[in-house]
Amino acid sequence: MAAKREQEPITMDTFLSGIWRENPVFVMLLGMCPVLAVTNTTENALAMGLATTFVLVCSTGLVSILRDFIPKEVRIASYIVIIASFVTVVDYAIQAISLDIYNALGAFIQLIVANCMILGRAEAFASRKPLGKTLIDALGVGAGFTLALLCLGTVRELLGAGEILGIQVFADSFEPWVIMLLPPGGFFVLAGWLLLFAWIKERQNKRAAAGKEATADGR
Amino acid sequence: MDADSLSYIFLNAAIINNFVLALFLGICPILGVSGKLGTAFPMGVASAFVMLIASLAAYGINIVLGYFELEFLSLIAYIAVIASAVQLVEMVVKKFSPPLYRALGIFLPLITTNCAILGVALFQTSYEYDFLQSVTYSLGAGAGFILAIVLMAGLREQVDLADVPSVARGAAMSLMLAGVLSLAFMGFAGLGG
Repeated sequence: MAAKREQEPITMDTFLSGIWRENPVFVMLLGMCPVLAVTNTTENALAMGLATTFVLVCSTGLVSILRDFIPKEVRIASYIVIIASFVTVVDYAIQAISLDIYNALGAFIQLIVANCMILGRAEAFASRKPLGKTLIDALGVGAGFTLALLCLGTVRELLGAGEILGIQVFADSFEPWVIMLLPPGGFFVLAGWLLLFAWIKERQNKRAAAGKEATADGR
Repeated sequence: MDADSLSYIFLNAAIINNFVLALFLGICPILGVSGKLGTAFPMGVASAFVMLIASLAAYGINIVLGYFELEFLSLIAYIAVIASAVQLVEMVVKKFSPPLYRALGIFLPLITTNCAILGVALFQTSYEYDFLQSVTYSLGAGAGFILAIVLMAGLREQVDLADVPSVARGAAMSLMLAGVLSLAFMGFAGLGG
């Protein structure tokens, strides 16, 4: 059985499914806390996304290597300790690279530990699959997560301050919607994105249904 | 009010900087379990209880790690304590109320990854609260969490009966409700100056 699993090919789909079909934020609704909390500017969103991706890739990789050694009863605790170690690494690394970003993200870097997306990925994917596939999957999910953070970050910064990455976009006459930078803005923007995706999906389903009916009539 | 007084710390954690609606901590259980009032309240109480334990433990951990100058281990120590506390709560709930245990399902062990709980431990450390202040802070945070999850559950029960466009059903609607609640809680910002 184990040998059969190893033979499953690593396809582009392994990577892409994390970005679109199984997007951790928009589809699975996991790891919402940092998504809402640190996306008031594009820069913070990007830093948070990259930090989370790093922790995700490293910890799921290690879980995948150790998957035959970790006893089933204590697996959650083991995963959490592995994740916490990498988060500590990231915490000190960001502090060394840029103190500004470190202060802006605050406790949310350490709170990556409690990101259910990472634990979910370790439990559902890494604990059963070989290293290569796990790494590709983790990269895909991480990219999807970063993308989702950027989706929120750019919209909130654009509407809340009229800027993207600190560069002014709108003319001076634009009155910034300060509410977008405050907590309620995060909820509303995320709700807006979810509405958009739900709408696209519904249209696709309708079209598929209509297409099926048309072919059925043709016969 | 004095910023260090216990009453202010409690109010601050429970209402002004509500963990869910102002600091975005613990959104996952809020979206996952707040479908019905009957499960939302026990979930809130269980989380608040783990928060209290985590806060007490974090205070002890800080003293021990500070003594040995091992502060970089604090995160791992916190999460290990939280995971054990959640295990304890899980066993208690399973023993005394099997129906509740089934209703909470996967979200009970997921309290471990509830950022609100780790958040209590991290914030009380960064604010340098003493013992009594830490306990008050965690009680306030727990009360705020229960308040938020019960409010959300009440609203969602009403929305379930309303005629909502199919696109907005589910998570999008919950998030919009949370946004409106969050707007309302912003009104408390002036409280206590």
